[in-house]
Amino acid sequence: MTDKKALKRESIMQVALQLFSNNGFHKTTIPDIAAKLGMSVGNLYNYFKSKDILAQEIIKYTSEILGEQIREVNMLDISAAEKIHKIVEIYFTTAKEKPEMIEYFLRVYLSNREVFSDGCQGMVCVSGFTTEIMIFFDDAVSSGELRNQDFFSAFGLFMGYLGGMVFLKGEGVLPQDIDYYIDDISRNIYNALKA
Amino acid sequence: MKRGGKPKLLWLQSITCNGNTHSFLNHPDLFSLLSHFELLYHPVLEAEYTLQDILEGHVDCDILVLEGAFREKGVAKGGVEISSVIEYYAKQAAHIITAGTCATFGGIFKQYDPEHITGFCFDIEEKTTRHKQYADKLISLPGCPIHPKWLGFVLMMIAQKRPIAKDTLHRPLELYAPTVHTGCARNEYFEWKVDTEGFGLKEGCLFYELGCQGPYTHGSCNKILWNDVSSKTVSGTPCFGCTEPDFPKTTLFETKTNMGIPAAMPLGIPRRAYLTVTGVVKSFKIKRFEERLIEYDR
Repeated sequence: MTDKKALKRESIMQVALQLFSNNGFHKTTIPDIAAKLGMSVGNLYNYFKSKDILAQEIIKYTSEILGEQIREVNMLDISAAEKIHKIVEIYFTTAKEKPEMIEYFLRVYLSNREVFSDGCQGMVCVSGFTTEIMIFFDDAVSSGELRNQDFFSAFGLFMGYLGGMVFLKGEGVLPQDIDYYIDDISRNIYNALKA
Repeated sequence: MKRGGKPKLLWLQSITCNGNTHSFLNHPDLFSLLSHFELLYHPVLEAEYTLQDILEGHVDCDILVLEGAFREKGVAKGGVEISSVIEYYAKQAAHIITAGTCATFGGIFKQYDPEHITGFCFDIEEKTTRHKQYADKLISLPGCPIHPKWLGFVLMMIAQKRPIAKDTLHRPLELYAPTVHTGCARNEYFEWKVDTEGFGLKEGCLFYELGCQGPYTHGSCNKILWNDVSSKTVSGTPCFGCTEPDFPKTTLFETKTNMGIPAAMPLGIPRRAYLTVTGVVKSFKIKRFEERLIEYDR
């Protein structure tokens, strides 16, 4: 793929990501996305063969972006408690500055499983993100900082907590800005998982 | 060795359980194999000389096979320190084969006295002082016990004056370059990350729960089968990593994991690559792999 085509593909995903997150997956049509980009519907289909495929590519795209940031944290020579703080910070900062990315995960990916059942089963499309969380856990247990347990009991606690907070933010029920909760939530997660 | 004569083979034991001696007896072509050599002495086979002759230094050898872990002092046979006997023959031999993990790295017997018991030229994977002296004629054949055909292969290569390519621990690459995982009958289950449900079953992989070290252990157990029919992993028992310098590890029947992630990765596979593939593959449910291969009660 040429650079120009790759850039166009990415801009389609970014616009679709916003529309899907803001207006819902089913209420957003391919003509809506094409119109916002100023391109023809036919041309958009040259990049993505269907709305479902576009939706699947977006979850891979967002997962890779978040995963890349967590990867940088994993490479740092800091304690597990500090890494947890940084991961929470990344997640909440993304929710604040690019809310559509987290909203997409919560309100499109998790809420429209039929769209993702063929091609994005299980971890297939979110492995960019989950792999880095696995590496974080593996390192932290190896160093004796976190308690060894089943992956999903720890993963659910960590990500379920963050997802829940961002969901509450999206509903407009949090009395404080989401940044306000970073320190306490990081400490809570560490206390729950520590050895 | 006299021109045209058979190579003279001497088998000496140090601190050993006799496991390698007994394993070698299972070679299906043992006597045909030995017919290529002049057997000076062997602990259980009829040979040309007695142990007393050997201890008194009455013979000279071309190939010295060492079985058992090594200690400088305190291990005697017939009132003679075996270490001095081994050194005597090691100097004159053209080839030294350390048969088994104890003779090679220290193995199980090292656990008894870790400070003083070692392999002949390696202490776990550190070179001992003898390594420099004998490196050019050393062939390491670790395994607990040694695979009879691996020893047979090396002896025949020597008899035919063929060169033997070795790794840094002096293990023949022909035998130890692959991992034990290579050729395992359970590879399909490994590829699709399907655990076995118990020891001895035909289905499932032993790497995830039951401690199998095959993917990071050097050896040909699944290329050159044991007794020509099977191997540990094929029969449903985990590979214990017995050819490696750090053998024996503990908890051999359990995979050490950190939050479900194997603590040891398959040889040379970056953890990030392994976890990415695993996360994806585990997302698929393959019906065939969830079923028994044979339903015996039908």
